Amino acid sequence: MSFLVIRNLSAEVKGTGIPLLRRVSLRVGPGEVHGLVGESGAGKSMIGKAILGILPKAVVITSGEILLDGIDLLQLPPAQRRRRIGATCALIPQDPLTALNPSRRIGGQVTDRLVDILGWPRAKAEARARDLLAEVQIAEPDRVLRSYPHELSGGMRQRILIASAFAAEPKLIVADEPTTALDVTVQKQILTLIKALQARHGTALLFVTHDLGVVSKICQTLSVLYAGMVVEDTDIRSFFAGPKHPYSAALLAATPKYTDPDASLKPVPEAVIAAVQAEVAASDKGASHG
Amino acid sequence: MVEGRGTQRRRAGLRLWLSGGWLVLLAAVAVFAPLIAPQDPLAQDLMAGRLPPVWMAGSDPAFLLGTDSLGRDVLSRILYGAQVALTVALIAGTATAIIGATLGLLAGFLRGGVDLVVSRLIDIWMAFPPVLFSILLIAVTGPGLWPIILAIVVIDWTRFARVVRAEAMTQGAMDYVASAQVAGRGRLGTMIREILPNVLPTIVVLLTLEMGIAVIVEAILSFVNLSISTDQPTWGGMIAEGRASIHQAWWVLVFPLLALFLTVLSFSQLGEGLKDRYDPVLR
Repeated sequence: MSFLVIRNLSAEVKGTGIPLLRRVSLRVGPGEVHGLVGESGAGKSMIGKAILGILPKAVVITSGEILLDGIDLLQLPPAQRRRRIGATCALIPQDPLTALNPSRRIGGQVTDRLVDILGWPRAKAEARARDLLAEVQIAEPDRVLRSYPHELSGGMRQRILIASAFAAEPKLIVADEPTTALDVTVQKQILTLIKALQARHGTALLFVTHDLGVVSKICQTLSVLYAGMVVEDTDIRSFFAGPKHPYSAALLAATPKYTDPDASLKPVPEAVIAAVQAEVAASDKGASHG
Repeated sequence: MVEGRGTQRRRAGLRLWLSGGWLVLLAAVAVFAPLIAPQDPLAQDLMAGRLPPVWMAGSDPAFLLGTDSLGRDVLSRILYGAQVALTVALIAGTATAIIGATLGLLAGFLRGGVDLVVSRLIDIWMAFPPVLFSILLIAVTGPGLWPIILAIVVIDWTRFARVVRAEAMTQGAMDYVASAQVAGRGRLGTMIREILPNVLPTIVVLLTLEMGIAVIVEAILSFVNLSISTDQPTWGGMIAEGRASIHQAWWVLVFPLLALFLTVLSFSQLGEGLKDRYDPVLR
């Protein structure tokens, strides 16, 4: 039984009919790491935001279901939905520099959810925050909890965000390109850390990224998106052994290789793009008839 | 590097102390004016008109800063004038800040229809020339302390609304707002607990500037004789009266002007100093 099931989710820009997501379906089992890959604007982040209920105001969901533990979030009244998401899901955001409130101390921001949603007493929440910071390998957790975000480095802030994502033992974490804003050496540490925590806590993880190298390290299954449509949904082994969809294959071929640093970048061939666009159009037509 | 930071903090501290000191002194003067004023500010003595300040020839030691053309004590009138200046600054400034910032926050964070209404309102409002608008307003309500305060609030709320709206919009787009919402915070909660603390430094700076502006507006309205009745001395009224006799008795104009200048300057410096001290990012 999958914890997160998305069925035929479509979204568009409010009032314009411009589609952003096209009948997206995917499922993430408990403790599973699912990658969402695609080029910029393919709708990767949009799916994460739709699940967490933080879509921009200009985006509306036109059809489909998002089931968390069998309950369709889109059918719940807003307050109830928010509480349900808050209790079972968390976000690891992209940019650690803007993801912490600059005018509040770290401590309060890590414990917020524990106190507000789970109703823990403050002392217990603070003890938990200290443990979590230790778990993400932050030295002097007490000092860090009293700090303001600007007093800490980017890598440190990302660790804190990871810690606070795991704070309430969520069943699902959406990681929205959590390593994109970090430099390469820190990236690897953060990735290892997320993987380790995910495995230890048995959390399902939806990992949004455009980096197939990252996917190969952390994910078990993945969906490839193009223009808001899932073109391939498969497990990691068969994907890297040989993707079925020509677009996925071209995407994989476009990844620069360490073994051949002089090779020029291979863009996705125009014929493949034309083919996948035709497929999207055909699918749109099929949906409107059906 | 370390030393540079130290000197900067000391300078900010000095600024706070000087501006805060002047305003505290002024507040004390306003409250205790009846006790410390050497003369009755309204008592006229035409025989003692245009007496110069005490250090000049022909002065009377009973009138430290001289007298105006009606023989009223300039120092006492300045002390009493502080009452009006500070009352207007505090009440009008605060009311303007609360109304303007609330509207700005709602518009900038909720966007949509609220934003549309507030933004158009600001546009329309700012198309009115402010001084004419306030004169018109006072002409309708009649002069007095409350009409002045009302005029300042009605005219200047846009100053807060505009800036706070823009700031709330910037903050609203930050990831921490999304994180807070995922963690189950409602819209009102997000606005008050996440956004407001981050726009507060801006509001404080604007508020102190606004208090300075309120003092000036009160002076302008007194200057054009639309302020408080003549039995309450005001700095603006004194400046207006002093203008007529500037060549014979400069002190009637200069001393209230100096008090006005120092007060407005202190308000703006207080704002800057507070911002330097309490903005966590600048600190």
